Amino acid sequence: MDITLDLNGTSHRLDVDPRTTLLDALRHDLGLTGTKKGCDHGQCGACTVLMDGRRINSCLTLACMAEGKEITTIEGIGTPDQLSPLQQQFLDHDGFQCGYCTPGQICSATAMLEEIAAGWPSHASGSLEGPFDLSHAEIAERMSGNLCRCAAYSNIVAAIRQAAKADALHKDAA
Amino acid sequence: MTRHLRVDEPIHDSPLDQMAQGVLGQPLNRLEGPLKVSGRATYAAESRPRGMAYGVLVQAAIPAGKVLGIEDAPGAIAVIQDKRMIRYAAQGLAEEGPKAGPEEVEYMGQAIALVVADSLEAARHAAQNLKIRYDVQDVPVDPTAVVPELPPKKQSSTGDLDKAMQQAPFSVDAVWHTPTHAAAAMEPHAAIAEWDGDSVTIRAGLQMLSSNRKQMADALGIRPKKLRLLAPYVGGGFGSKLGINAEAVAAAIAARELGRPVQVVMTRQQVFDLAHRRSETRQRIRLACDHEGRLTGIGHEALVSNLPGSDFSEPVTQATPFTYAAAHRQIVHAVARIHRSCAGSVRAPGEAVGVTVFECALDELAEAADIDPVALRLRNIPTVEPDTERPFSSHKLAEALHEGAERFNWSERRPPRQRVEGEWFIGMGMATAVRVNQLVEARAKVTLGPDGRAIVETDMTDIGTGTYTILGQIAAEALGLPQERVEVRLGDTDFPPATGSGGSFGAASSGTSVYLACEEVRQQIAKAMGCEAVDLTLQNGLARAGNVEKPLSDVIQSPLVGEGYVEPGKTEKSVRQATWGSHWAEVAVNRWTGEVRVRRMLGLFSCGRILNEKTARSQCLGGMVFGMGIALTEALEHDPRDGHAVTRDLGEYHIPCHADVPHLEVHFVPERDPYVGPLQAKGIGELSICGSGAAILNAIHNACGIRVRDLPATPDKIIAALDP
Ligand code: FES
Ligand code: FES
Repeated sequence: MDITLDLNGTSHRLDVDPRTTLLDALRHDLGLTGTKKGCDHGQCGACTVLMDGRRINSCLTLACMAEGKEITTIEGIGTPDQLSPLQQQFLDHDGFQCGYCTPGQICSATAMLEEIAAGWPSHASGSLEGPFDLSHAEIAERMSGNLCRCAAYSNIVAAIRQAAKADALHKDAA
Repeated sequence: MTRHLRVDEPIHDSPLDQMAQGVLGQPLNRLEGPLKVSGRATYAAESRPRGMAYGVLVQAAIPAGKVLGIEDAPGAIAVIQDKRMIRYAAQGLAEEGPKAGPEEVEYMGQAIALVVADSLEAARHAAQNLKIRYDVQDVPVDPTAVVPELPPKKQSSTGDLDKAMQQAPFSVDAVWHTPTHAAAAMEPHAAIAEWDGDSVTIRAGLQMLSSNRKQMADALGIRPKKLRLLAPYVGGGFGSKLGINAEAVAAAIAARELGRPVQVVMTRQQVFDLAHRRSETRQRIRLACDHEGRLTGIGHEALVSNLPGSDFSEPVTQATPFTYAAAHRQIVHAVARIHRSCAGSVRAPGEAVGVTVFECALDELAEAADIDPVALRLRNIPTVEPDTERPFSSHKLAEALHEGAERFNWSERRPPRQRVEGEWFIGMGMATAVRVNQLVEARAKVTLGPDGRAIVETDMTDIGTGTYTILGQIAAEALGLPQERVEVRLGDTDFPPATGSGGSFGAASSGTSVYLACEEVRQQIAKAMGCEAVDLTLQNGLARAGNVEKPLSDVIQSPLVGEGYVEPGKTEKSVRQATWGSHWAEVAVNRWTGEVRVRRMLGLFSCGRILNEKTARSQCLGGMVFGMGIALTEALEHDPRDGHAVTRDLGEYHIPCHADVPHLEVHFVPERDPYVGPLQAKGIGELSICGSGAAILNAIHNACGIRVRDLPATPDKIIAALDP
């Protein structure tokens, strides 16, 4: 079937098998392999991308369901020469080892910080109403859909906190 | 020219300490980091040669027997059943391909065919709809239901342990069980094979390319020269990618037969079935000590399993003979031959479960003898290796214990059930960390251009271990270049062979070969400068000798090439090489639900020279969390009827997630080990797992008074033992 994907700000026409997941369309049809497949079952978070700004598991989404939505993958977040502030913090804090879960962690964290800003509570939040303290527990809870077997967890949380802190300072100054 | 070193003698003064760049050891960011965080690093399944077809492995649905026939399914281009397809993965460092012949089934889940189609969707659908006829055979699948083998070389006994146990004022005699563990690297095993005439290039997730090449060539029946392996980025290994596996062999066979490139990626469930598992263990530990807590008897009996004929058996007791001294000792190693999937090396084979259980037993002895667990360990550190009386190459266990106790505020530990916060019991636990160390053969090539840029090439892999970065740092230090002027190329069998990533030997071995290659280049620079190599200083692209200083571009007209080759020598045998450390954990145990929360963990490790403090620390964090999984959540359960792995996905096999892991603290005990060559660096990737689970299990006991000897310590087991 013919579909059109709005991907990282560019529109792509594709002829896909109706059974194709968004993840496989990205990796196989578009050659965008930054989005990883760790389980294909919604159990690891390696395939996390943003759909209209919200984090989703692209392995649990059919490509045809993504039509008309804005999709952002890791390739749309930054480039090796121009990393996003969050990517830079992952690099500085060594928030990865093998790097396979990393694009998913970064996409997930990007949306997660928006969720916090929008006042969505988590199991670790002290109350249902924001603002929320960006504690280790708060971030770890919200990031638990993204597994990392290299277990860079401590460093990932540190990277996210630092990025959020820098962002808040930036916003305060503005 | 090749600079060759056989490490026969200790090297006390490392030339690297005389160098001026000051980059070695620095906590630099990973060289390949920008590619990884931006999704541009390309892993095994991430290239798209023209005309590529997709293959899906088909697995046996019987525990053992014969495949009588497979009926083709619509939608497939081919259903491939080739005699060369392998039944299980090669063991690490094997020189030949593993057993082939997919028509004979040895365990449930074994790969028996490959379905190929134009798309993954079509191949998957066809594979799911195959009709397969079998002749089923009845085989044992339970390790306790067979009479195990007792390989004579793996048993040992000194003195009279039974008598020591009888006479000791304090003793422990108990049995522990650990379940099957999976490496569960995040990148599933995958391969893309492409032929050009009679040569094939295979891109795959592999840890050890030089031996993988021999295995693959043997499996395919071609000469190694006709085979190129590529593994530029590997999404984690933890032992599961030490040897070639079914997907890569099948991809190569299919690509040849169909005349087009073929990609095969294992599903996550297939990874659980086809990657080597860490054998479940049954361990009986006997410990006896005198009134002062001096060990008089140590017994460690292990029962592990593997397929009939498989030569690997989990070396559970590997560290037991040299960790603590005792006059009366006994080691028993039994192997049950059963038809579960193939067992092999998973991160820190042996110690990961052996040290963990042993350190739990020691905690029980400390309690029985009413001695502080730290004091008990300190009292039993041997000065030389028991039995052989060889000296240790270096030994910092005492330092790691003292410093750890101090940093962790160990003195605040209370007896069980004394610290309560609301519905939580709080407790502290500790354990020794120990892991054998080894150096292996490795080769590397370094090219220094007149532009002051260097290129390092070796078929070594970086599986998340920081290899790109540390090899770059070593070259930068030895050639006096800023780090960004060194390019490191790995994971390609066109480069000089290293042994690869495994057994914690990668960094020290490959690192030494890179250093030697640089020495060779330095020699050439010295010659051009008209001085001796020892009088040469290289820094920031400048060469200095006496009162002459020149930019490298003035010294070198054409690229200088040096090769390095290191191999282990006499120090492998003349001393006992090991790495040491200590683990500390504080946990909270819920009084009503039995849930365990790890509140903090500290690890101290001594691993010789630290090549990059940032990546080294990450390795340790990863190991400590691996140990947390062993203690609390990980179990690959087998169906007692047919042996198949039941919890074979990431929703059922619980590796620790973000919410399980608190902030962790890692420190290195300063150390150099002269017996491992000029780098004075030892293995780091595995030490941090060895014992970390024990610190947690011991903390659980200190919190609520419960000993869980059947790992992992899931809430059901704790609740069953908690009185309300
Ligand atoms: S690949 Fe989608 S969650 Fe694992
Ligand atoms: S960095 Fe390897 S799995 Fe997260």
